[in-house]
Amino acid sequence: MAINLEIHLKRADKIYYEGENVSGIIALSSNSDFKHEGITLTMEGSVNLQISSKNVGIIEAFYNSVKPIQLVGLTCEVCGPGRLPSGLTEIPFEIPLKSKPNRTLYETYHGVYVNIGYSLRCDIKRSFLSKDLQKTHQFLVQYRPGYNATPELPIKEKRTPINFELSPATLTSGRSGAPDFLLRGHIETVCCNITKPLKGKVILAKCALPVRSIELQLVRVETCGCAEGYAREATEIQNIQIGDGDVPHNIPIPIYMVFPRLFTCPTLLTTNFKIEFEVNLVIVFQDDHLITNNFPIVLVRE
Amino acid sequence: MELNQSNFEWTFSNSPNFKPSSLPRMPVSDHPLKSIITERIPTKVFGSAPGTAVTTPVSLLSNLNQENEDSDPLLHELDPLSKMAAEAESQETPAIKSIKEADSNIFHQMEPWISRRASILNKYTTSERLSIVTSFLVEGEKVMVKAQSTAIDKVQHRLKQLDSFEEGSQHRLDLSQSEYITKIEQLNKELVVAWNTDQRVKALKIAIQCAKLLGDSEVLSFYPSKFVLITDILDTFGKLVYERLRAKATYLKPGSKTPVPLPEDFTPDMVSDSAKETCLNWFYKIASIRELVPRIYVEIALLNSYKFIAIDECSESLQRVTDMIHGIGNPLVAVYVRCYLCKVGITVLRQKPEFGFLIANFAAFLESYQHIFSRGIKGELEKQNMELPAYITLYTPALDFILEAVNCVVNESYLPNLLNICKKKKNSSLILNTIMSGFKPAYISDRCMEFLNMILESSDGGVPMYHLLRTLGLCITVCSPPPDQRRDILAIVWRQISSFSHPDEYITCAEAWIRFVVECFTSRELNFVLGDIIEHMLPNRSFEKHYSELKLIISKIVNHFQDFELLLIMDNFLPLVDLFHEESIKVEVCKNILISCRGDFKTNDPVITNALMFLCSTVHDSVNALTPEDEYKQIGEILCGVVRRVDYGRDFEGQLAFFVEARAAFSNVDIVLAELVQQVNTLSVSTRQIMKGTHNRKTADFVRACAAYCFITVPSILSEKTRLELYLLSGQVALFNQCLGQADACFRAALIVLSNLSEASAKSDAFLIQYVKKYLSTLVVVPDNPDRRVLDLLKSLVSVFTECSWIKPEYLGIIYLSVIDVLTVLAQEEYPYHIDKVESNDALYGSDPKFIEEINKACSVIVKQILMLIEDVGPCRKQSQLASELFVKITTRGDLSRTGILAIKLWKLCLQNGYADRNFMVKMKMSIQRRSELKENKKLQQLVDNLVI
Repeated sequence: MAINLEIHLKRADKIYYEGENVSGIIALSSNSDFKHEGITLTMEGSVNLQISSKNVGIIEAFYNSVKPIQLVGLTCEVCGPGRLPSGLTEIPFEIPLKSKPNRTLYETYHGVYVNIGYSLRCDIKRSFLSKDLQKTHQFLVQYRPGYNATPELPIKEKRTPINFELSPATLTSGRSGAPDFLLRGHIETVCCNITKPLKGKVILAKCALPVRSIELQLVRVETCGCAEGYAREATEIQNIQIGDGDVPHNIPIPIYMVFPRLFTCPTLLTTNFKIEFEVNLVIVFQDDHLITNNFPIVLVRE
Repeated sequence: MELNQSNFEWTFSNSPNFKPSSLPRMPVSDHPLKSIITERIPTKVFGSAPGTAVTTPVSLLSNLNQENEDSDPLLHELDPLSKMAAEAESQETPAIKSIKEADSNIFHQMEPWISRRASILNKYTTSERLSIVTSFLVEGEKVMVKAQSTAIDKVQHRLKQLDSFEEGSQHRLDLSQSEYITKIEQLNKELVVAWNTDQRVKALKIAIQCAKLLGDSEVLSFYPSKFVLITDILDTFGKLVYERLRAKATYLKPGSKTPVPLPEDFTPDMVSDSAKETCLNWFYKIASIRELVPRIYVEIALLNSYKFIAIDECSESLQRVTDMIHGIGNPLVAVYVRCYLCKVGITVLRQKPEFGFLIANFAAFLESYQHIFSRGIKGELEKQNMELPAYITLYTPALDFILEAVNCVVNESYLPNLLNICKKKKNSSLILNTIMSGFKPAYISDRCMEFLNMILESSDGGVPMYHLLRTLGLCITVCSPPPDQRRDILAIVWRQISSFSHPDEYITCAEAWIRFVVECFTSRELNFVLGDIIEHMLPNRSFEKHYSELKLIISKIVNHFQDFELLLIMDNFLPLVDLFHEESIKVEVCKNILISCRGDFKTNDPVITNALMFLCSTVHDSVNALTPEDEYKQIGEILCGVVRRVDYGRDFEGQLAFFVEARAAFSNVDIVLAELVQQVNTLSVSTRQIMKGTHNRKTADFVRACAAYCFITVPSILSEKTRLELYLLSGQVALFNQCLGQADACFRAALIVLSNLSEASAKSDAFLIQYVKKYLSTLVVVPDNPDRRVLDLLKSLVSVFTECSWIKPEYLGIIYLSVIDVLTVLAQEEYPYHIDKVESNDALYGSDPKFIEEINKACSVIVKQILMLIEDVGPCRKQSQLASELFVKITTRGDLSRTGILAIKLWKLCLQNGYADRNFMVKMKMSIQRRSELKENKKLQQLVDNLVI
C-alpha cells in the first residue's frame, strides 16, 4: 500500500511576498483507503548560520554552529483524525506568510555559511503500526520591489556611475611584474537591482603583452557574529568571462553579468549576520600575471 | 476444306454496304481504349484520442486529422504522385502565410544556407590532425591495466579512476578530418538522444562543449568547416528547446477551456507562467556559463526562445550579443560568431526595423578590422605555417554571409559610405572583396571602374589581386557594366590578367571574366582572349593542372555565345579544346559543346561540318564495351542531333556523301546508324517528290544508291528490332522509288532476321505481331519476283513461323489468321491500295484462275495449320478463343457451302469446354444473323440456324 503525498503550489515560480497567502494543494494518492490520526501543515522559515572551520577548529565549528534563527513558524491542522478514500484526494490550502513577532522576513538565500530558507511541511500522523508521512516543499520569499530590509545601506551615494582606470601605476602591489597596460572602465552603478544585470564596459587602451582573459568574478561576503567575535568569509559565486584571448584595443568590451537567482539576495546587514557582495574584475595576461580590481556592490530589489 | 473465293461478298471500302455509317453499332459500357483507372477512396481514420475530439472545435479536428495522416504512414492511401503534389501544396501554405509578414521575406534573395554549407565543407579541408575534448564520446571500452603487482599501484590506479570520473571523464581525442566529422555527427545524435531521454542537462552540456570547440582555431584551414558542422548541432539544440517550450506552453483560447498549442505567431502574454519559468531558467543557466565563446554561441542558439518571455527581448539581446562579441580576441572566431548571430537573427526576427543589428555587426567588424593584422595573428600564422592571403580567405564565407544579409536591409546609399570607409582603411582588400561579393551585382557593375581602380591600387598582403579581380568578374558576369565603359574595362582587366605569371592566378581570373567577354563582345575579342588563354596554358603543360577551370571556360562560352557556327570557325576555339589531353575530360567537354549547340540552324559549311565531325568522333570514340547504358544513349542522341544539323539543301549527292562519311565515323552507336538509315530514306523519298514520281536516269541511280546504302547499313545495327523495322521501311521506300530488286532484297533480309531472332524484346508479342501485320499489309502491293515461285515472300514468311520453335501457339494463331486476311485480299480483282508506278499482283496476274487456285491452296494449308494448333493446345480458354477467331474468319471470308460444316464444328468446339465467352458468342450469332438478313445470304442463314448456344 503506497501512499503518495505531494504539495503543489499555485504559483509556478514559487515566489511569495510578505503578507501574501501561500496557497496550493496537498495531493494525496493511494490505491486503497486508509486511516490517519490527523493532517497538519507547517510553514517554516529560518536563517541557518554555520561558522567557518577556518576561523575556529573543525570540532568547534561543528558544535558551535549558531542556533538557527526562526523567522516563520506556523502550524495548522488540515483535518482531524479520519479516513481518506482511495484514489486521488486534493486538499486546497492557504496560509498567510507572516513573520514571527519581532522578526523580519528576509529573502531566500543559499550561501555557504548563511542559509535562509522557507518551506511548507505536511505531516500525516498515522496509527501506532504504520509510519507517519511527511513531505517538505520549499518556496521562495522575495521583498516587494522597493522594500529594503536594511535601511542603513548607503544606496543613494552608490547610484552614480563609476569610472576607473587601471595601469601598473594604480596597482596597490606596485608595478612588480605587471606589463605596461592601460585599461579604462566604466560601471553604470554599483548599487544594482538584483533582477537587472550588472552593466558597464572596459576598454583596453594599450597593453604590452597580449591578454589571455578578462573575467568578472561575483563574490559573496558572509559575516556571522558569534561568541568569539565574528567571522567574515568571502567565496566565489560565479565567474564570467567577458574577454577571451588577445582582445582588440580601444574597442569597448561590455561588462554584463546576470545575478544568479538562488545564490544572491539583496544585501543584508543584521546584528547577527551580514550578506554582502563584491565584483572582481580580473585580467589575466599571457604570462599568467593576474590583476584584480575589487568593486563592493550593493544589491537591492526594485 | 477449301475456301471458295467467288462467293466472297466482303470487299474493301469501295463496297457501298460497308460505309462506316452502315456498320452495325452496338452499345457498350466502356471504351476499349480507355486506360484502366482504379479509384481509391482514402479512408479517413480519426485520431486515437476520441475524448479530445469531442470537445475540440471543428477547425482543430481537421488539423488533428491532418496531423495524423502525416504522421502515420499506414494511413496514406495516396499514390506517390498525388502525395508529392499534396506535399508541394502543404509546403506552399506556409509560404503564403509568410507573405503576410512581408518583412521576413526580404532575405529571400540570399543564397540559401544549405548550399553555402556544402561549399564551405568542400572548400575548407585539412590533412592535419584535429583534436576534440569531450566527455560524451566513449572511445570503445577503456582498457583496464590488469598487471597490478603491488598494492600501491592498485590504490594509485583507483585514485586515477576516481579523478577521471570527477572531471567528467573528459578525454582528448586526436582525429583526422573525416573522423572528426563523424565524431561531430555522433555528438549531434548523442544530443538528440539525451534530449529525448529527458537528460536535458546532458544535452546542454553537449551543446556547450561543442560551442567550446569553436573557441579555438588550432587548425585554421579547417575552421570554417568546423563552424558549419558545430552550428548544425547548436541549431538542433535551439530547435529542441524551442519546440519543447512551445509544447509546454499551451494556452487557453478565449472562450474555451481546453488548452491548445500556441499558434505560429504567438505573443508572450499567451504563454503560461510555468513555461515562462522554464524558459527563464534556461536563460539563467546559460548566463552562468563561464567561458565567453560558448556562452555567446549557446545564447544565440536559444534566441528564438526569447519570444516566450517578452516581445522585444530578442532584438535587445541581439544588440547586446553584438557588443559582447568584441570581447573575443581571436578575430576569426569573432567574425564567425557574428555570422552565426546574423544567420539566426534573420530567421528569428519579424519586423524590418529590428534588422539594424546586421549593420551593427558589420560595423563592429569594420571597427576591429585592423586587429586581423595584429601581432597575435602573425604569431599564430607563423606557428601554423600559413600565408596571410590564405588566412584572409578564411574570413570570406562568414563575411559574405553577413554583408549579403546587410545588403537585404539597406538601400543603395549605404554602398558609397562603405566604399569611403574602405578607402580610408589600411589593408582594405578583404573589405573590398567582401563588398564586391556581398552587394547586389548591379551596384557593383555600375561602379565597375571605381572598383577596378581600387583593386589596382590595393597592394596589401591581404586578399591577393587575382582573387579581387575574380570576385569583380563574377559580379560583372551577373550584371553587365554600362556599355560605354565595357571596352575600357576589358582592356584594363585583361592587361592585368595577362600579366599574372602564375598559371593558377591567371586561369582563375580568366574563368571569371570569360563570360563577360562572351556576352558583351564580338567573336573577334573572344578569339583574341582565347588565344591568350592558350598561350598562357601551353608553357610547362600547365593546362594539365587546370582542366576543371578550362572546362568551365568552355561551358561558359558555349552556353552564352550566340552564334554557334561562328564559334566553330573561330581560330582559337578548337585549339582550346585540343588542350584537353586527358581523354575522359576531353570527351566530356566535347559532349558539353555538342549538347549546348542549340537552335535549329542547319549547316553545309565544310569547315563547320568538319569541326562538328571532329568533336563528334571524339565523343564517339569514347564508347566501348564498358560504357554505361545511359551514357551510350546520351552519346547516341548527341550524334543524331549533329547528323540532323548537317543539311546540304538540294545537293542530295553531297548529303549522301556526308551520310557515308558519318556511317564510317559513328559505326559503334546503333541509334546513329538507325538515324542515318532514316535520313537516307528521307532523302530518297524527297528525291522522288522533287521528280514528281518520274525518275530520270540520274535520279534513278541516286535512289538506287540510297537503297543500297540502307541495305548495307542495316546489318551493322546490333538491335534486331531496329534492324527488322528498318529493313521493312527501306523496302517500302525502295518500292516507292520503283527499285523492285532492292525492295525484294530488303524484305527477304527481314525474313532472315526474323528466322534467327534471339533478342527478347524483338520476340515479345506486342512487337512481333504488330510487325508481322505491318509486313503482311506491305506484301499486298509487292509484286512477285518472276524468278521465284508465286507468292514466294508470303510463303517464306509462313514457313519462318512454322519452323520457329519459340513462338507461343496463340500468337502463331493470330499470325496465321492475319495471313488468311492477306490472302483473301490478294484474291480480289483489284487491290485496295497501290503504289504509284508499281504494278502489284492484281495487275500482274489479272485474277488468273491458276493464281486464285494457288491462293486457295495456301489458304487451305494455313487453315489446316490452325486446326492443328487448336488440337495441340488442348481444351482451354486459348483453344476456344482460337476456334472462335477461326470461326469468324470462315464465316466472313470463306464460301460456306464448303466450309459450313467446319464452321459448325468450330462453334461447338468453342462452347464445348465451357471456356467460351457466352456473351460474345451470342453477340456474334446476332451479328451473323443480321448480316445474313442484310445480304439475303441463305447459306449464312442456314448456318445461323445450326448454331446452338
